[in-house]
Amino acid sequence: MAKQTAFYDLHKAYNAKIVDFAGFEMPVQYDGIIAEHMAVRNSVGVFDVSHMGEFFVKGKDALAFIQKCTTNDASKLTPGKVQYSAMCYEDGGVVDDLLVYCYGEYFMLVVNASNIEKDFNWLQSNINGFDVELTNRSDDFSLLAVQGKNAIKTLQKLTDTELEPMKYYTFTEGKIAGVDTIISRTGYTGEGIGFELYIPSDKATSEKIWKEIFKAGEEFNIKPIGLGARDTLRLEAGYCLYGNDIDKTTNTIEAGLGWITKPKKGEFNGKAKVDSELANGSARKLAGFIVEGRLAARHGYEIYADGNRIGHVTSGSISPCLNKNIGLGYVETKYSTPGTKIKIKVRNDFIEAEVVKIPFVGKE
Amino acid sequence: MNIPEGLKYTKDHEWVKVEGNIGTVGVTDYAQGELGDIIYLDVTTVGNDVAMGDAFGTIEAVKTVSDMYAPVSGKIAEFNSAVNDNPAIVNQDPYGAGWMVKIEISNMGDLDSLLSPEEYKNLIGG
Repeated sequence: MAKQTAFYDLHKAYNAKIVDFAGFEMPVQYDGIIAEHMAVRNSVGVFDVSHMGEFFVKGKDALAFIQKCTTNDASKLTPGKVQYSAMCYEDGGVVDDLLVYCYGEYFMLVVNASNIEKDFNWLQSNINGFDVELTNRSDDFSLLAVQGKNAIKTLQKLTDTELEPMKYYTFTEGKIAGVDTIISRTGYTGEGIGFELYIPSDKATSEKIWKEIFKAGEEFNIKPIGLGARDTLRLEAGYCLYGNDIDKTTNTIEAGLGWITKPKKGEFNGKAKVDSELANGSARKLAGFIVEGRLAARHGYEIYADGNRIGHVTSGSISPCLNKNIGLGYVETKYSTPGTKIKIKVRNDFIEAEVVKIPFVGKE
Repeated sequence: MNIPEGLKYTKDHEWVKVEGNIGTVGVTDYAQGELGDIIYLDVTTVGNDVAMGDAFGTIEAVKTVSDMYAPVSGKIAEFNSAVNDNPAIVNQDPYGAGWMVKIEISNMGDLDSLLSPEEYKNLIGG
């Protein structure tokens, strides 16, 4: 039996199409993916991402434990800062990508819904020798992402916390519509302005906040956004999706996540693989590409060059902003340079594509 | 769910409207709703003879791609240029301006095995 978030009845009231995603009944779309996508790019949209997992790591070895289990350097964090990171297995394969929230003495880890149980068990299996307490508080939080250029104008009506000065990847505790909220300037859309709001998961409180946000955003034509547009938005931004672009068979270096992989910080799970990838070069790289023509490249399609199969597509979709088909895929490293011509096998045809720099849309 | 009278339906969520020996074919309102935003129709079979159940093209939506199957045997006589230019018409008006192809039906008997509106309604649980 799939779980429902506190917003389920509101999704139904907004005529959402509901799908089972990672064990939750989630809205995949309301008005239509393209309209929702453009609402976020042009104004502001609200995503229910309450299915994400929240773990807390407390105790005197909390930092050391996170340093062992994640690839980024959590010692650089100061209270109120957020860090994008990854957890790896010993062989360098990715367990999950995650956000690390620093409270000073303790940390909050935000993980993908589909990986909550796996991640928790993996962290538990690493806990020997560390004086830490790990708790899964995923059921305690509802999570709304409010993303787009009118997000500040919308939310500022509901809080005394000054939102404009908050830097990207910082958070603070405050009140939204009178409710205690973790206000985080983060997102998965590529929008420069966006917040993720962690609020109590009880239905009455969650629904109240949703309604207050929609009232505050009415003048900006605020819209609810489903998982479909969440995926097209993140792809335009060039962000990896766990299960598509990264998984236990990929390492962070070939995935282009070298910027969150800090081997100089000391030992961590998967470091040997990272070191060898950096020393020898990756055999393959995750590359962005734009397709010529109107057929979409999709997850699993094969990539060819010089008559040989050189990789496969991990994510592919129309880009509503570019009105072109875009995608990500692993290719042999020599074909990963922007400007390289590749071919993608779509059913019985080979379509032309060109490797490009990511992000596809937005800031460099 | 909109399931007009006067059309025949398939289990693959297509409809066909018969005028003389010409069958106009499209996807149902249910299908366009399930597919979501349609971004491209790939039909390269104009002029070809197809058998009932053959794929005559593919329909690309944002999230998925699926084949379109000929509801009757015959020759693909025409592909709707309006939906080629603007596939969103299929979402907006699946039984009208969003039609996809016209087929010169070679065996009118094929129509007997298609679903009535009532039978299609039962199929989709509407």
